[in-house]
Amino acid sequence: MLSRENLVNLVLAATLLAVPLAANALGQPFYVTLATRIAILALAATGLNLALGLGGLVSFGHAAFFGIGGYAAGILATHGFSGDPLIFGLPGTNQMWVIWIVAVVVAGLVGLAIGAISLRTSGVYFIMITLAFAQMVYYFAVSWPAYGGEDGLSILVRNQFPGVMTMRPLSFFLICYVILLIGIGLFALIRASRFGSALQAARQNEVRVATVGIEPYRIRLTGFVISAMMTGLAGALFADLNRFVSPSMLSWHMSGELIVLIILGGTGRLFGPLAGAALYVAFEYALGGLTERWQFFLGLILLVVVLFARGGLLGLLAGKARHG
Amino acid sequence: MVEPVLQISNLVKNFGALRATDGVTLDLRPGEIHALIGPNGAGKSTLIHQICGTLRQDSGSIRFAGEDVGALSVAGRARLGLGRTFQVSSLAPEFSALRNVMLAVQAREGSSFRFFKPVMRDKGLIDTAMAMLERVGLTARARIPAAELSHGERRQLEIAMALALQSRAFLLDEPMAGMGPEGSKSLTRFLDTLRKEAPILLVEHDMDAVFALADRISVLVYGRIIATGTVEEIRRDPAVRTAYLGDHA
Repeated sequence: MLSRENLVNLVLAATLLAVPLAANALGQPFYVTLATRIAILALAATGLNLALGLGGLVSFGHAAFFGIGGYAAGILATHGFSGDPLIFGLPGTNQMWVIWIVAVVVAGLVGLAIGAISLRTSGVYFIMITLAFAQMVYYFAVSWPAYGGEDGLSILVRNQFPGVMTMRPLSFFLICYVILLIGIGLFALIRASRFGSALQAARQNEVRVATVGIEPYRIRLTGFVISAMMTGLAGALFADLNRFVSPSMLSWHMSGELIVLIILGGTGRLFGPLAGAALYVAFEYALGGLTERWQFFLGLILLVVVLFARGGLLGLLAGKARHG
Repeated sequence: MVEPVLQISNLVKNFGALRATDGVTLDLRPGEIHALIGPNGAGKSTLIHQICGTLRQDSGSIRFAGEDVGALSVAGRARLGLGRTFQVSSLAPEFSALRNVMLAVQAREGSSFRFFKPVMRDKGLIDTAMAMLERVGLTARARIPAAELSHGERRQLEIAMALALQSRAFLLDEPMAGMGPEGSKSLTRFLDTLRKEAPILLVEHDMDAVFALADRISVLVYGRIIATGTVEEIRRDPAVRTAYLGDHA
């Protein structure tokens, strides 16, 4: 039998697919793009949810990984277009799958470096040190003229994927949708695994984890790196969606936005990030049309969620999270 | 003589001007229950923290299972087989009793870096954990979150986790605290059987339990061991009587 949470998840996943299909059939590509934006932000937040929701690691620096994924796409595409070699005589590329691998690997390596240092702290210090690292990456991008500096970097033609017309909004949406589902599936597997048990236990009680002989630091660092990789992949897709990458993807606003998505949707919940992203983008669109100060209303909603609905949207719809 | 499982030698720990551990020498031999008693503020907690690895000693050495563990982390010492319970139970509160024990089983197997197989479909892991819960009498409560267990049940759960680690020594920090007379009695009976598994260093205030269980007792006062001996020797020791036992003995 389907649990209530799984039912809610299924409805969310089906709606995210149905809306752009319908919009496409009705000749409304704008809504397809909106749905693509939701899918990509949900993927980025699902990555963060691994660290934040499962591991209790409130990273205020995940924009760094999101932006690194974006720049991986932008830089590779630029070199692919111009034909100039990138490094060690290697060329750029316009193949998405190569870009994704590079984005995931680079985000993972940077995640390893940032995590290795940041995870020696905890609580507020962890939040601040991850923020500081992300700001370092941000200012580095701003002051690096080779790739557009403050102005950012345009991707002239959306990158290619074998057998898919990526310039068609619906096709690109479907790519992002499938990757989102894979990402959510990966999150579910990891959450249910031995590693996931240790990661969640380290959030609940670090002393207990150490007392059974598991080093909490190693578990958290591994979780942080996987988290960075998933958010990095989302960044590469985001760059391709906008065909543009700029330092704003690396800014602390972006980090905050990802945290907001998770809180809105339900921390640690499988489909929390998707629910949060859908809500966020819908607000941005609906309220943004009425007033430029839509974020004020978003703030109000966030306040209500934090005060009265701690479990976020999924907590409201599907009840309390359960562990086996 | 059989080599002790745990050998603490000339251990010293200072907090500023306060010498919390003052040249403590103590050992735990196979098969025994060694009780550590002492008035409040004697430095029992500080000593436990040094044995477990949450605090580092200033000087002296701690050997466990044939190794100098002075530089090892808490987790490293646990992996060598140091199983402990806490004065205030320390569990993963959201996890069920079963999943808490499963965590200990996977730690014992050194398999916490598996990412894909769901633990709740891992029959080997579940069966081993259930066997541990059965030994402490928590089978019926296996699916209850640790946060919802009673005080006594949490203590049992901690012991089940220490059992799952196949510990070479147990360090039990005031297991009788807050247990009530009936609970204390049944726990005393249980600890009496536990010693066959591995020796126990028992830090305890409940003198009935200590006198019923201990093969040897060490008395800690102001960071020093003022006496070590059998129950009878400790009862008769004049220094212990003045310092601690008072009129009770």
